[in-house]
Amino acid sequence: MENITLQNVILIILAIVISPILGGILTGIDRKISARMQNRYGPPIMQPFYDFFKLLGKERITVNQTQIVYVIAHLFFSIVCVAMFVLKQDLLMIIFILAFSSISLIMGAMSVRSPYSKIGAQREIIQMMAYEPVLLLMIVGIYLTTKSFMIKSVFEHGTPLLFSLPLVFFAFLYVLTIKLRKSPFDFSTSHHGHQELIKGLTTEFSGPQLALIELTHWYDLVLLLAMISLFFAQPLWVGILIALVSYFLEMVIDNISARITWKWMLKLTWVIGIGAAVTNIIWIYMRNK
Amino acid sequence: MGIIEKSRKKSPWVLHYDCTSCNGCDIETLACLTPMYDVERFGIINVGNPKHADVLVVTGSVNKRNARVLKNLYEQMPDPKAVVAVGACACTGGVFKECYNVLGGVENVLPVDVFVPGCCPRPEAIIDGIVLAMEKINEKQKKK
Repeated sequence: MENITLQNVILIILAIVISPILGGILTGIDRKISARMQNRYGPPIMQPFYDFFKLLGKERITVNQTQIVYVIAHLFFSIVCVAMFVLKQDLLMIIFILAFSSISLIMGAMSVRSPYSKIGAQREIIQMMAYEPVLLLMIVGIYLTTKSFMIKSVFEHGTPLLFSLPLVFFAFLYVLTIKLRKSPFDFSTSHHGHQELIKGLTTEFSGPQLALIELTHWYDLVLLLAMISLFFAQPLWVGILIALVSYFLEMVIDNISARITWKWMLKLTWVIGIGAAVTNIIWIYMRNK
Repeated sequence: MGIIEKSRKKSPWVLHYDCTSCNGCDIETLACLTPMYDVERFGIINVGNPKHADVLVVTGSVNKRNARVLKNLYEQMPDPKAVVAVGACACTGGVFKECYNVLGGVENVLPVDVFVPGCCPRPEAIIDGIVLAMEKINEKQKKK
């Protein structure tokens, strides 16, 4: 960053304040719509905030002293990603920092001796193995189209990215389900307890720590939806609309599918996700020649 | 009332533990989760993990073997927490009260906040008990 102007600082502060509020409301809407799909009345829209504040008010129990460090790192790196995104910085760097954020949570879950937490963490690593290549291929595709890794150049690019990267967009949607830990890929942790791993990754986090993990989830949600809207950055409102429709699609998939095994996830993601993205990139490469 | 107290009332996460219940109360407790009663509209989630739970819902009478498990679960829950005894057995020991191995109701082992009587209690009564427990948690916190 070469210029730290007042405008940029205000932009960062706004992003840090607004995105969790937006993420919380989106999560609340998700829970409400999911409930309606299951023919239930559902919790109020503000329910995620009630959960968050209740968790903040609970007793601080930690299994060991390093656990909270990892949780804070998890949150911090996500906030850095969101801040970099609103400053229209390097997309490749954002993906790397996002991976750092996920790794922090995995380290936190690995630092305790509970088998549930450990198996959850291992599953999360497998999930990362599945989606990271697709995310990187997405960046490659964006680079080949706009000749830059910067988000700024995506906005300056004349035609929307969706027209030249339709298959990459599809692969990203596919990966989004894994990243948001929605069914059928919710096996590291899920919003519903009583699975084979209790709460998997988050089993050993309680009270304020769990609240911070939830907060990070909201930041991640907003960041990922913002990345979807990048595919139609000109005009931006169409991109935001596409992002919201994609989120609705995620809810539908979440409700109609059952959990699959990690082997299936890895195979499917590498074949469908990487296959679609690579096909698209080869096509762009041939066209550019 | 602060935002945390208000939130606490609206988001009770439940851990359900079956002591020596005949399963009648368990079925009624799980019936609360169905679309018919839908406890999630009160923010109630069955978490199945003591570290996330606010309310311990116990069904069945306590015996000498599972008293230890019950205490362990209760100790793993972070404060503030509440215990709801669901059903006649959990309240007093019920028909098993005189058995040689039964200690009686849950109150002999843990401080119970809400008793939900009945054999078995209706799902509406169980939901009412859990919501009441969260109000009692706030009262308890104020006294501290």
